[in-house]
Amino acid sequence: MSLAFILDIVSWGLLSAGGAFVFIGGLGALRMPDLYTRMHAASVTDTIGPALIIGGIILQAGLTLASVKLVAILLFLLLTGPTASNALASASLLAGNRPEYAQALTEDESQ
Amino acid sequence: MTLIFSFFLLTMLVITAIAIVRIRDLFAAVMLSGIFSLLLAANFFLLDAADVALTEAAVGAGISTVLFLSALAMTTDKEKAPSSNRFIALIVVTTTMLAIIYATFDKPAFGDPDAPIHQHIAPWYLETTRDAIDIPNVVTAVLGSFRGYDTLGEVFVVFTAGIGVLFLLSAPSGKPRQKTDIHSEGLRHYLVPRVVGRLLAPFIILFALYVQFHGDYGPGGGFQAGAIFAAAIILYALLEGEKRALEAIPQSWLIGMIAGGALLYSAVGLAGILLGGNFLDYSVLSDNPVAGQHIGILLIEAGVGITVTGVLLSIFHAFAARDKF
Repeated sequence: MSLAFILDIVSWGLLSAGGAFVFIGGLGALRMPDLYTRMHAASVTDTIGPALIIGGIILQAGLTLASVKLVAILLFLLLTGPTASNALASASLLAGNRPEYAQALTEDESQ
Repeated sequence: MTLIFSFFLLTMLVITAIAIVRIRDLFAAVMLSGIFSLLLAANFFLLDAADVALTEAAVGAGISTVLFLSALAMTTDKEKAPSSNRFIALIVVTTTMLAIIYATFDKPAFGDPDAPIHQHIAPWYLETTRDAIDIPNVVTAVLGSFRGYDTLGEVFVVFTAGIGVLFLLSAPSGKPRQKTDIHSEGLRHYLVPRVVGRLLAPFIILFALYVQFHGDYGPGGGFQAGAIFAAAIILYALLEGEKRALEAIPQSWLIGMIAGGALLYSAVGLAGILLGGNFLDYSVLSDNPVAGQHIGILLIEAGVGITVTGVLLSIFHAFAARDKF
């Protein structure tokens, strides 16, 4: 087994895993009951998903300038994605939109 | 594979367009139009038009979305109920669509090398660029030098649009302006976006400069760089408050940038005449014609970038300064 073959297999695994995470994230964003759980699912698509996919592409690109650019893109995504999720969640809380399980808890207490 | 991807993107594009038309919530429509631009940018990239893709992503998905949102903040985010007389509109649209579909039958096949557009002047551009201008990115050579008049016209379109929006929005609103905290303070109380935004803003400006000066070698140039630079400042304005952004780049500078960029472009053209060449003929700018072309393209791209940045930032500030009509 040559090194290139092993690299191909590893990058195939990374790309598939990343694709699976993005798919699950999309599915969760469609199926989850309220905004916060949907965001929880969707945030997978901008953290672990792109990390695995870009990792896979870097293995394909090798030690080139393209890899450096890919790492820069990954860093940018890892910084902005969670920040956007945080901003969205706090904006939603500020607008008085409470998580569904918290509403269920208060209803239990009042009974 | 590319073909399947193109079909997928174009189908998504049509679905997004229909969703934009049908949705009543204008906020969602703005988000959808951002998605539309991103899909379009991906499509351009598939067609190997990296320069256009970069412009579409920076202007269509980035800056337009921000400007639309600022406009929505002043008006309302619900679309008015449509008027009852939609029959004529339907007929006009259907007729136009049928005419366009009929016109497509005369189009050459996709990627056909015998198509008129590949036979007319394009081969001359490709051959001449190497000898006369000697930069790797032919798109920049065509935009900046061969068709410098067109680009000059585009810069003046941006200039005129900026002046027009400023005239419309800076008219007195009748009511005394209410200074809300959100506008003057920005998001200063929200720690996470603020920390990350402050961290990223310098890198966005660096990237804008890269796009500006890398236009000779790869996709890039003044239009895209101007949009990215304006995005960095708008990010700063959103995080730190509009007042601080205006302290960093005052309104008077912005007006100067709008006029100055267009003037720089025209001045380069006039310099060509004064040095004994034609208008926008950069070859006479230096002893070596090829070096002259490099200087000319660098200067006019700088002019484009300055004007675009000034116009976009002025429009943003004009929107942000008005709370309600």
